[in-house]
Amino acid sequence: MMLKPMLGEAWMAMGANRLRTALTMLGMVIGVGAVVIMMAIGQGAQYAVQQTISTMGSNLFIVLAGSFTAAGVRSGSAGGPTLNVADGEAIAELDGVVHVAPTHQGQRQLVYGSQNWSTRVIGTTPSYLDARAWTIASGAAFGDSDVRSATRVALIGKTTAQNLFGDEDPVGKTMRIQQNPFTVIGVLGSKGQSLDGNDQDDTVIIPLSTAQRKVFGTPFLGSVRMIMVQAESADTMQRTMDNVESLLRQRHRLREGTPNDFFMRNLSAAAESEAETTRTMSILLGAIASISLLVGGIGIMNIMLVSVTERTREIGIRMAIGARQKDILTQFLLEAVMISFAGCLLGLVLGLGIALAINAITGMVVVISGSAALVAFAVAATVGIFFGWYPARKAAQLDPIEALRYQ
Amino acid sequence: MTEPVIRVTSLGKSYETAAGLFPALKGVDLEIRPGEFIAIMGPSGSGKSTFMNLLGCLDTPSSGDYFLDGTNVAHLDKNALARLRNRTLGFVFQGFNLLPRMSLQDNVALPLVYAGFSKEARRAAAREVLEKLGLGQYADSLPSRISGGQQQRVAIARALVNKPRLILADEPTGNLDSHTSEEIMALFGELNREGITIVLVTHEQDIAAHARRQVRFLDGHIVSDQLSGAPPA
Repeated sequence: MMLKPMLGEAWMAMGANRLRTALTMLGMVIGVGAVVIMMAIGQGAQYAVQQTISTMGSNLFIVLAGSFTAAGVRSGSAGGPTLNVADGEAIAELDGVVHVAPTHQGQRQLVYGSQNWSTRVIGTTPSYLDARAWTIASGAAFGDSDVRSATRVALIGKTTAQNLFGDEDPVGKTMRIQQNPFTVIGVLGSKGQSLDGNDQDDTVIIPLSTAQRKVFGTPFLGSVRMIMVQAESADTMQRTMDNVESLLRQRHRLREGTPNDFFMRNLSAAAESEAETTRTMSILLGAIASISLLVGGIGIMNIMLVSVTERTREIGIRMAIGARQKDILTQFLLEAVMISFAGCLLGLVLGLGIALAINAITGMVVVISGSAALVAFAVAATVGIFFGWYPARKAAQLDPIEALRYQ
Repeated sequence: MTEPVIRVTSLGKSYETAAGLFPALKGVDLEIRPGEFIAIMGPSGSGKSTFMNLLGCLDTPSSGDYFLDGTNVAHLDKNALARLRNRTLGFVFQGFNLLPRMSLQDNVALPLVYAGFSKEARRAAAREVLEKLGLGQYADSLPSRISGGQQQRVAIARALVNKPRLILADEPTGNLDSHTSEEIMALFGELNREGITIVLVTHEQDIAAHARRQVRFLDGHIVSDQLSGAPPA
């Protein structure tokens, strides 16, 4: 038997009991709809986290100076003079290192006119902006020459600019940090919140040398508290960290067995675990939604079994006039798959509609991907064939004589 | 002498029942030649229905051989039997057995669907047979819109559409009044004159009288086989 007349017959059989077909389909509609919505929300959450991570800069780790002890008082990490600018330059020579930025940061009071504002002051080199993918919204960044000659220039974050300068354009204005006048030469692009909730735009970036001499002061010239390093990729991250560690041990002449006089921290690890969490959550959501798809499939199977019983005589007639087992099997399988597909299509539309509505009403980020729709469709087809198979086989294996005698 | 269209030799069929093996048919020998019009008679339980199911390739015998058109079909598989039912045989049932949701034309064309004909060929063939049996104007109606006698004519049209060698009719007039029964039997007589072999199962003597040969079954055996010499109706 050819497929085309069979499709027509399957359509007719679906139309013969519309309410029942619609209710059976509803199971698939809800199942597919739930999968689509859950996947949209899950992927939306993943996307939001990814966005946050990308504002932080990717594949970053920091090297902190070791602690030091004076009169029994331990300084905590980055208190000691164990890292210096030369270490940073040496790290930059390593393979797999993209950017190296020695930094020194701390909370300081800024003053402009009658306004004042306490913020995080970061003393660093121009590489820092590259490593953290920080753009300049207006004005310009400072260069290596500013670091060499310790000029008093500053880049100002959006939040700080608003609090200190209000509606004025900060570029070209002079503000004071620790009594020292600094010229604002640029406003940083906005990054928003970091993963731990800090406002990344509440900051001021100045050249490292200026920071050490004028703002923070340093007991040991040329020493830095922290070096930020960007590795080439997430895959080479660990290898790069190992290389940096052995390089620094060598430079600091540490014997085997003595502990490091510095600390290393992977900044991306926290972000990765956050991303992992949302990924797990979105898989979980999808899995729960798939259960309703399974229930929908069982609904199809149930109705197909009823349908086979009801149409026993019809099956007998078809067999008597020459239908092979394969023909009967195909006919009932096709019916199940058609119900499943139609339900899937409606579910897809419903799911997309609700996902968009959620986005419009709550502002929650939803991501609708073609692959999610494709997966839902493939699953629906599989469910249709899987749950349609048993009833269809039952129909095909009926004894024609028994079937003709039915009722 | 022409080859028989049907030849069965010591055909037997037993069923498993709770009380053991029940022999419904106990070694039947029969030959039916092309163009014959034969009535199979007998009380219920005589084995005539079992015999018809075997002739119709709906069932396979427990013993003996069945040659349909020269081929032994006793041991064919289910697909091959389906093919025979589709191409060589035409069935007419007591209860008409039309599919209620399909138009008469689609009902008539259904065997052609399983034979793999194109839509146009199916349509043309179904139309032709319906016209021939005087039902052309009902082609697009549903079976429930026409009378029982007309439904049986449609069923006969369906049996004819594949141009079978043989028509098997199981109590075709059982659900019809005597007047309509006469009309249906007249139609069978006409088809028989055109050369189609007809095997008819009935328990009514006056219906059987339309056939030229009557075979009686009793307790799984053929007890009589006689030519009535009845004139064509």
